[in-house]
Amino acid sequence: MAIGWYLAVSAIVFSIGAGGVLTRRNPLVTLLCLELMLNAANLALIAFSRMHGNGDGQVFAIIVMVVAACEVTVGLGVIVAMHRRGLIIDVDELRELHG
Amino acid sequence: METLAWLVLILPLAGSLISALGFRALPARAPAVIGTAAIAGAFACTIGVLVKLQDLDAEHRQVVFVAWDYAQTAGVDAKLSILIDPLSVFMMLVVTGVSTLIHLYSATYMKGDRGYARFFSYLNFFVFSMLVLVMAGNFFLLVVGWAFVGAASYLLISYWYRRTTATTAGLKAFVINVVGDVGLVLGTYFIFRHSGTLDFLGTFETAGSQPEGSLTAGCILLLVGAFAKSAQIPLHTWLPDAMEGPTPVSALIHAATMVTAGVYLIARMWPLFEQAPAAADVGAIAGCVTLLVAGTIGLVVTDLKRVIAYSTMSQIGYMIMAVSAGAYAAGLFHLMTHAFFKALLFMAAGSVIAAMAGEQSLDKMGGFRKAMPFTFGCFVIGGLALAGIPPFSGFFSKDEIITLVGERGGWHYALYTAAYVGSFLTAVYTWRMIFRAFWGKAVPEAEELEHGHLHHAEEHRNPATGELEDTDVGFPGPEHHIAERSAAMKVAMGLLAVGAIVGGLLQIPLGGTDVVDTFLEPTFEGSQYAHLHASDGFTTLSLIIGTVLAVGGIAVAYYIWVLKPGLSAQIQARFSGLHRLFANKWYFDELIELVIVRPFSWFGRFGQQTFERVVVDGTFVGGTTLVVRAGSAAVRALQSGLLRAYAALLVLGLVAVVFYFLLQS
Repeated sequence: MAIGWYLAVSAIVFSIGAGGVLTRRNPLVTLLCLELMLNAANLALIAFSRMHGNGDGQVFAIIVMVVAACEVTVGLGVIVAMHRRGLIIDVDELRELHG
Repeated sequence: METLAWLVLILPLAGSLISALGFRALPARAPAVIGTAAIAGAFACTIGVLVKLQDLDAEHRQVVFVAWDYAQTAGVDAKLSILIDPLSVFMMLVVTGVSTLIHLYSATYMKGDRGYARFFSYLNFFVFSMLVLVMAGNFFLLVVGWAFVGAASYLLISYWYRRTTATTAGLKAFVINVVGDVGLVLGTYFIFRHSGTLDFLGTFETAGSQPEGSLTAGCILLLVGAFAKSAQIPLHTWLPDAMEGPTPVSALIHAATMVTAGVYLIARMWPLFEQAPAAADVGAIAGCVTLLVAGTIGLVVTDLKRVIAYSTMSQIGYMIMAVSAGAYAAGLFHLMTHAFFKALLFMAAGSVIAAMAGEQSLDKMGGFRKAMPFTFGCFVIGGLALAGIPPFSGFFSKDEIITLVGERGGWHYALYTAAYVGSFLTAVYTWRMIFRAFWGKAVPEAEELEHGHLHHAEEHRNPATGELEDTDVGFPGPEHHIAERSAAMKVAMGLLAVGAIVGGLLQIPLGGTDVVDTFLEPTFEGSQYAHLHASDGFTTLSLIIGTVLAVGGIAVAYYIWVLKPGLSAQIQARFSGLHRLFANKWYFDELIELVIVRPFSWFGRFGQQTFERVVVDGTFVGGTTLVVRAGSAAVRALQSGLLRAYAALLVLGLVAVVFYFLLQS
């Protein structure tokens, strides 16, 4: 199979993830969509790895997974903590960063 | 020799610092002892340097000592170096010698002043600065000494800081001296640009190869510095006002040492000035004009100290004219004899002023001859030397200057004639002062003193304005000291009187002696005027004219102010226009006010009220804040805090980058 198909799938998944991040207001869903984007990247990395016939891309993919796992851990922890304090869980409400 | 030379500098500085920092811990009289001892020590060290310098061969009598490199960068090598040669040793001798005696005099004269320690600290600092100036081995240190001397002069003129007249005079002196400093620094730059070295000796070697225009400009700027320090026209107006300072200060700074710095500068820079004859001519003419103008003002001034101040200006005019015309040794010889008799005259004047309880007006003086025999004697010796009566010192030195200037020939004969007119004026105004203060009917103060009682003022008034004085710290003090009652003052004045009498014997014309010439020869080796000597006939003629004019001047003064007491008022009435011109000091203050002060203050007001408000505050400051505020408002609007908006921007940017590369390929 040509590499183009893999990349097309990767691009579609990435776009779905990006669209989710941009449109959804629930931080839990935002995190899930971020995961989608990361995994789309992983897919592209592994497809290229196969194409070139070496393991470099796979190493990258594993590192991305590790980062993703860390990120989810922290992100979920923050969300749970906010929930426990009774804060509103809505990204649009978390605006303390405004100038 | 090196240690001794540095000690000459270190001792006055140490004396100044000890008096300044330790005045609370020290006994009340200690600053005078420390100050006098420090300067006397410096004088002894100078003698040591002199002896060692004379041991060297004539061609090796230019020694440079370097303490350390202050800065060595980008072609500038500013060393802390001193140059010991006959000229600097000569100046060191005059400065430390006269200063020692003036310190001794001040020890008594300033006794009643509550700022005793401050006075001696300033005085020592002044001597230190002056020594830095004359010992400097490069332009860098010269400028430092030059500025220090100006600062010391400011401090000492406004020493009685409760008097507004004194503080104003101090400011005036400082500002005019800064004009000179700027001239000196710019002149140094012009010369340095082509010589590439700040060292005197190195610069002089390149003097011949410098482009003439630039060198002339540099030398004229150096002259600006010299004129400001030496009170030459048109930068002279500060010197008469500087008489607001205590009398010993007038004797030390405004007669014997500081004001001769310009003479020293021109003599030191002779290799440059000989390559820039136009600049030297400017110096000679300015000196000549100054000696005439100052002489005429001296005829009508009624303030005792100001008469002597104008005579100082006039005598320095002679020196500037001499060194500019190539008569270096003659100019410096006059510098030395002048230091003796002028310091002596000021000290004697201080004694008279003390007897008058601070009053300085000649109109209120008279008949002090019997009351103050010692002061009178000193005044007469100083007056004879100043007028140029043989065999007093001023006779030999002034006539040597005039003869050598005449020897240059050509238009120098105009200077020669003017110098004789000045010499006649000198005799008249000097003796007018003496006749008015010591002859005539004894004033009440003099009578009181004859009966053994020194007059004290009931209330203290400023002698210049007559306003009542604040009797706190910055005030002359209620006590007065006259030479007749103080051994220290007598010693100081006596030694100077001896100097004023015999100083001229160092250099007797017509094959007598030529100590000063011979001593200074190594410094002026190679000068085109080194062999400027007048023929015996011309010298004799000049000596006779000088003597006749001096005696004639004194006789005229005697006739007008002693024999015919009403005559001077008649003359004043007859020549009222001329009298007004002289009494208003040729309107120089008004002229400077009109030409420089007014435009500058107008410019300053314009700058403050219009330029600063509209351009600086309105446009620059206001405009900048406006731009920043508008920009920050726009950026602040972007920082909404909406996470999704940030992400959208991120994606948008990414998409733009992707599209850019897609379109590229």
